[in-house]
Amino acid sequence: MMDPLHILVVDDEAGMRQGMVRALRDFHVRLPDVEGETGFVTQVAETGEQALEMIERQTPDILLLDHKLPGISGLDVLDHITQREDKMVTVMVTAYASLDTAVTAIKRGAYDFLAKPFTPEELRAVVTKAGGSLILARHARQLAEDKKRIRFQFISVLAHELKSPLSAIEGYLQLLRDPSVRDDDATCSHVVERCVVRSVGMRKMIRDLLDLTALESGQKVREVQDLDLETIARAAVENVAAEAAERGIDIEIDIATLVPLRGDPWEIQTLLNNLVSNAVKYNRDGGRVALHVSRDDGKVTVQVADTGIGMTAEETARLFSDFARIKNEKTRDILGSGLGLSTVRKVCALYGGDVTVESEPGVGSTFTAVLNVPPV
Amino acid sequence: MEAIDKKTILIADDDQDFRLQLRIQLEGAGFEVLAAGGRLEAEALLQERHIDLAIVDLMMEEVDGGFALCHRIKRKDPSIPVILVTAVTSETGLEFDAATKEERSWVKADALVDKPVRFEQLTREIDRLLGENA
Repeated sequence: MMDPLHILVVDDEAGMRQGMVRALRDFHVRLPDVEGETGFVTQVAETGEQALEMIERQTPDILLLDHKLPGISGLDVLDHITQREDKMVTVMVTAYASLDTAVTAIKRGAYDFLAKPFTPEELRAVVTKAGGSLILARHARQLAEDKKRIRFQFISVLAHELKSPLSAIEGYLQLLRDPSVRDDDATCSHVVERCVVRSVGMRKMIRDLLDLTALESGQKVREVQDLDLETIARAAVENVAAEAAERGIDIEIDIATLVPLRGDPWEIQTLLNNLVSNAVKYNRDGGRVALHVSRDDGKVTVQVADTGIGMTAEETARLFSDFARIKNEKTRDILGSGLGLSTVRKVCALYGGDVTVESEPGVGSTFTAVLNVPPV
Repeated sequence: MEAIDKKTILIADDDQDFRLQLRIQLEGAGFEVLAAGGRLEAEALLQERHIDLAIVDLMMEEVDGGFALCHRIKRKDPSIPVILVTAVTSETGLEFDAATKEERSWVKADALVDKPVRFEQLTREIDRLLGENA
C-alpha cells in the first residue's frame, strides 16, 4: 500500500473548496503499478499566495488550482511552481469552459484542466488520471536516476582499475631513481619486468573497455556477413599461442565441418578471443583447453573447456557482470579487466543467445556460448 | 660488542607489486623482509620465523583477512607491533576512522596507514614502534 497522495485545493470560493474536499474524502483508487488502493489527503488554500506558502512548506503531489484568484492568478502560481525541482502534477480549474486559459495553462506546465461546473465524478476522474501520471513520472525519474548511478559506479570502478596499474608502475619508477636499486641487476630486471606486465595489463584493459563501449554505444556499424568460424577460432587460438606454449598448455580445436554463421566478424572474434584467452589465463601450467564449435537446430554452440582453477557456485553467479573478478588465493596474481565475460554475454545477446558456465574448483570450467542463427 | 642484528619485518599483502616495492625499500633500509601474499601464507611464516614487526593489508582475499591475521599475530606475541595498511578510504570512499585509542585497541593494530602508502610515513611508524619496543 502506498502512502496517500497529497492534494492541495486552491480556490477562493468556500463552497467550491468544501465540495472538492468532500468529493475526495474516502476516495480510493487503483493506480498503475501501485499495489492496492491509494487514498488522498486534501488540504486547502484560499489564495495563490497562501498556496505558494503551503507548497514551500510541503510539496503536494497534486495541485487543483483555480485560475481566477483574488491576488496572483492561477497561471502566476503555475509559473512559480514549474521553476521548482520537485515535481507535482497540476490540474488547472477554469471558471468557465475557456479553452484559451486551458491551453495556456498546459503550455506553461499544467498536466490537465477541469472546467467549472464539474461533477464529483469528473473531479475524481481527473484526480485519478493525475495520480497515474504522477506515478509514471516517478518511475521514469527513478529509472533515470538508477541509470545515472550505475554509470557513475562504472566510471568510479573503471578509474580505480586504471589507477592501480599506473600506481604500481609509478612506484617502480620512483624506486629506479635510487642508484642502489638500479645497480642491483636482479632487482632492477625484476622491477622492469613488473612494469612491463602491468602496462600490458593496462593496455589490455583499455582494449576490453573499447570493445565493450563499441558494443554498448551501438555506434559501431555492424557488418553482418557469412563467417568462417574456423578461421575466427584459429585466430583466437593464435592470439594466446605464445602464452600457452610458455606455460605448456595444449589447445585443441574441434569444429564440425562447415559450421555456417551469419554475423559480424568483429563481434564473433571478440567473443572467441575472450573465452579462449580466459581458458589459458585461468588454467594450470601444463593444462588443456578444448574449443568445440557445433551447429544444430538453428543454433551455433561455442564451447570452451579448460583444466584450470575452476570456481564455486557463488563465484560463477556473479561472473558475467562488469568488472566482476573472482578474488582468491589462486587468482591473486592473475591480471584481468573483469570486462571480458561481460562483453561475451553482450555479444551472445545480440544473437538472441546466452553464455553459461559449468565449473568445479580445482578441476576446470566449461563456458558454453549459444548463438541463434536465422534459418538459411 | 653489540651484534648487528637485522630486524625482521613481515609483509602480508595480496598486491604483489606493493609487496615487491615495499620489500626493496625495507631491505634497502636494512631490514630483513618476509613477504606473504595472503593470510594463510603469513600464518605459516609466523609459525616458523621470529618477526619484529608486521605490515598487514586490511583487505586481502577475505574482507576481514587483515583483521584476522592481526589478531593471530597479537595472540602469538602481543608485543609484536602491527601496522595495518588500508585502501578502504580510497577504494570505497568509506572513512575508516580509528583515531581514538579505543578504536585502535579494537582493531588490535598499533598503527594504521592509508594506501597509497608514503614510504617516509611508513618508516616513521616503523622506527617509532620498534623504538618503543626496544
